[in-house]
Amino acid sequence: MKHIYLDNAGTTPMAPAVIQKMTDTMTATFGNASATNYYGRQARFVLDNSRHVIAQSVNAQNDNEIIFTSGGTESDNTAIVGTALARKDLGKHVITTSIEHEAVLKPMHFLETQGFEVTYLPVDQNGEISLEDLKCSLRDDTILVSIMTGNNEVGAKMPIHEIGAIVADSNAWFHTDAVQAYGLLDIDVKRDNIDLLSTSAHKLNGPKMCGFLYCRADHNYESILKGGDQELKRRAGTENIPAIAGFAEAVKLNSSEVKFGHCRNYYEFKHQLVDGLKNNGIDVEVNGKLDEGELPHVINLWFKHRPSDVLLTNLDLKGISASAGSACTAGSLEPSHVLTAMYGKGSPRISESLRFSFGAFNTAADIEAVITALTAIIKK
Amino acid sequence: MVDNSHTRVVVGMSGGVDSSVCAYLLKQQGYDVVGVFMKNWDDTSDSGVCTATEDYQDVAKVASEIGIPYYSVNFEKEYWDRVFTYFLDEYKNGRTPNPDVMCNKEVKFKAFLDYALEIDADYVAMGHYAQVSKDEDGTIHLLRGADDNKDQTYFLSQLSQKQLEKVMFPIGGMQKSEVRRIAAKAGLATAKKKDSTGICFIGERNFRQFLSEFLPAQPGKMVTIDGVVKGDHYGLMNYTIGQRRGLGIGGDGQSNDPWFVIGKNLEKNELLVGQGYENEHLYATSLDATKLNFIAPIDEYGTDFHCTAKFRYRQKDEGVTIHLNDDLTKVIVDFDRPVRAITPGQEVVFYDGEECLGSGTIDHAYQKEHTLQYV
Repeated sequence: MKHIYLDNAGTTPMAPAVIQKMTDTMTATFGNASATNYYGRQARFVLDNSRHVIAQSVNAQNDNEIIFTSGGTESDNTAIVGTALARKDLGKHVITTSIEHEAVLKPMHFLETQGFEVTYLPVDQNGEISLEDLKCSLRDDTILVSIMTGNNEVGAKMPIHEIGAIVADSNAWFHTDAVQAYGLLDIDVKRDNIDLLSTSAHKLNGPKMCGFLYCRADHNYESILKGGDQELKRRAGTENIPAIAGFAEAVKLNSSEVKFGHCRNYYEFKHQLVDGLKNNGIDVEVNGKLDEGELPHVINLWFKHRPSDVLLTNLDLKGISASAGSACTAGSLEPSHVLTAMYGKGSPRISESLRFSFGAFNTAADIEAVITALTAIIKK
Repeated sequence: MVDNSHTRVVVGMSGGVDSSVCAYLLKQQGYDVVGVFMKNWDDTSDSGVCTATEDYQDVAKVASEIGIPYYSVNFEKEYWDRVFTYFLDEYKNGRTPNPDVMCNKEVKFKAFLDYALEIDADYVAMGHYAQVSKDEDGTIHLLRGADDNKDQTYFLSQLSQKQLEKVMFPIGGMQKSEVRRIAAKAGLATAKKKDSTGICFIGERNFRQFLSEFLPAQPGKMVTIDGVVKGDHYGLMNYTIGQRRGLGIGGDGQSNDPWFVIGKNLEKNELLVGQGYENEHLYATSLDATKLNFIAPIDEYGTDFHCTAKFRYRQKDEGVTIHLNDDLTKVIVDFDRPVRAITPGQEVVFYDGEECLGSGTIDHAYQKEHTLQYV
């Protein structure tokens, strides 16, 4: 059976050049980057070069603003909990949105148990927050605003530039979870007044368990992982040099032109998918907006009266991997907090929707195959 | 060899050894096998771990060992609406329900069956110790599992022809020991896993405590048939006919014999207790039952006939004569010899030799002309 992968917001396959780079690095450069011997210097050279490539990719002022982590989750946890611990004497109020990833929401819940107050900004049916709400929520004791660049479930994009400008006028630091957006959008921490930014390598054809946190040079958060002095004492633990080299390779491959090309393709895929289904008489609606302003690789569709799990299983058995929110530890689907925030608790969209997310290896033929498969399943 | 690769069999996988071996055997026979785990109960412990997690992990391990896709489907709402509310209602009425019978009827062989058909199942397979046979005209008969000790037809006795039409019981013809042996030989992760005991949603927890979360306990008096108060009870729903444990009464009666539950008085909220395992109030000579189901048509038997019956799971069969009313909605069952602790709410399941004919839900027990005060 031919398999078609349309769950690239979950993870992506590694690019062959990344695999090659990692293989080469593993073979030649096993040293500990903190060691002052020959092998250590070799490793440190790879680390420094990788850090430079990545610093440039977000227009960081200097390379030391990049801290390598185990991925998006660690970056988010570090940014949120680390900032709260470092700034708690200045205030105990934090602002976020109701449609963040769990890697942001769970640390927020943790802060609430530690005496912090968290404001969760609501979203409208397009997954958008109101900038007025944000302005009204900011207080003198607000120490952190954490708002994602783009949403992983519906692709809603936040007005990061405007948010950055508003937060810059306050006492708060601005953190953005850019895990979904980093591989596709043009990220500029200076332009957008971003203080902290989280990413993950495996969303852009890099390795898993690798990511970085951007932290503005004059900001010091409390390190969460304590131990060695790696990453200028901001993240203890021996650096995973092959993964970091692979990450930098993935970033290099992902030039502005490549990103632009992907965005254009994915946007066409979205239209191809929706138009194709509608032409086949399928009753389908987009959750959120089908708009060039949204994250191009994520589309979330409501199939009226079709339970998500039945659709998902049928698609999988036909060799098509899609997704529908997250599964609980016993494997069954949990209601999406994102769709709930957008449409309300009772909305049928919550249990009748699927997410398709595109990647570098998808083609228009894949989308055609999905249309055919979904039509066959629904018209059965 | 027959090519089964175009025949899709959806296996209900619980994470236990029986359904693991089912999936394994079907895969060996070349079927297009799909494993599906049912999550019927939302039970997240204080530490945030859902008790279904381990079972699902075992499904994942075994399915990957066998080389089949697996999925999890959520039937919490169906289970709650169709099984658990019935379970609570029965307890409220002082009866002792059998949720597993209802679970098979309403979830495993209904909601799950529907789901399996939605994913193009040609057959559905279950790890029950039971067998089916088909007549030339297509009529399906339910037969006992080959392992006498494990036979589960008691729990399947409320199923219809339609529910059994597409069902396979791959281990129904085997002994449990053989199932274990196959699992071990194939190296399945569940080969040595302990059999589950008790009702699925309660698990290993204290039953009385569990029930009290849903039904407020109404304590009352424990009295003898002559009205002598012997102590307090925790609420009638916590006791079942013939029960000895948990009464907390010493011997101090007419003899040193232990005390047993011999009846319930719902109106006065009194638990009737009596001494001796063989207390006369524990022996019935007949019962009546409703909610009748016969798996295959019973025209050839008529409305009055002799057969055998079980009154609870894993009990030995008793000889009985059954008297059905004309529209098959009610049955009176006369026993060949008195039977101990007939329990309203449980199923009375009828057998003709190896065939399970069907069942009804016990409403009353009688000792000759006299109704035993069991609810």
